[in-house]
Amino acid sequence: MDASAAKLIGAGLATIALAGVGVGIGNIFGSFVSGALRNPEAAPRVFGNVLLGFALTEAVALFALVIAFMILFVF
Amino acid sequence: MHSPMEQFEIKRLLDFKIGGLDASFTNSSLWMIIAVILATGVFVVGMRQRALVPGRLQSVAELGYEFIANMVRDNVGDQGKKYFPFILTLFIFILFANMLGMVPYSFTPTSHIVVTFAMALFVFVGVTIIGLARHGMHFFSLFVPKGVPWALLILLVPIEIISYFIRPFSLSIRLFANMLAGHTMLKVFGGFVVMLGIVGGWAPLAFIVVFTGLELLIAFLQAYVFAILTCLYLNDAIHLHH
Repeated sequence: MDASAAKLIGAGLATIALAGVGVGIGNIFGSFVSGALRNPEAAPRVFGNVLLGFALTEAVALFALVIAFMILFVF
Repeated sequence: MHSPMEQFEIKRLLDFKIGGLDASFTNSSLWMIIAVILATGVFVVGMRQRALVPGRLQSVAELGYEFIANMVRDNVGDQGKKYFPFILTLFIFILFANMLGMVPYSFTPTSHIVVTFAMALFVFVGVTIIGLARHGMHFFSLFVPKGVPWALLILLVPIEIISYFIRPFSLSIRLFANMLAGHTMLKVFGGFVVMLGIVGGWAPLAFIVVFTGLELLIAFLQAYVFAILTCLYLNDAIHLHH
């Protein structure tokens, strides 16, 4: 196989990590909404933690992006 | 059409050489200086009046101060007061650098891993020194989780050590990759608007408007995450495990 073709396939494969991140982000906000419906008064207090969890999970997606960029542009 | 990565190109504005080192004044340094001047301006001009009922700019300055003061108090406790100026500076600098990057034709210093890694490494080394100075050899109990069976420790201690040393990398890559990905995405969709022209260009244009709002949220969120993780690391070093 051509090296540049292998690169493109590799970069595409690197985006599989997004499956896990999608589950993670959905889980964070899903849990927040179901928790907020049970106890709406406590919701504003945990919203900071929700955003923190969102940012930490999203970072995993960006690690995959960095790997895809490295495959495409560095090697 | 220009490549979407072209906005991250570093251009030398003034050439400097110190020994063998290339210390040129680049567009990255220029925008960092603009961020510092603007941040200082908001705080100095905003607090000049010291009014009992704050005006608009004073409210902004007070809001930022209170926000970080609360964050440090909640996450580190009273012993964290000493480090509050550092965390406020870090937060305000990253916030201004991120926000200025949202201005068209500007440059985002935080979209380069050199800049973010330097900050993350500074935090990591500083926190480790604070921990060692405060607890001495006892600091290494940070790597030994409490209440874990002896056999599991063989597995857990290396994991704890690795996760400790990976902190500067995750801290810096998170900020830099967020900025890089967001700006690249905006540029790619900007390209779609031009390609589809007046007929179909409205759909990507609407997306860009929505995404710019999200990107402003992310610019704030990443500064917040950087500051709060610094607080959590500091808390680990000061209180070990509690």
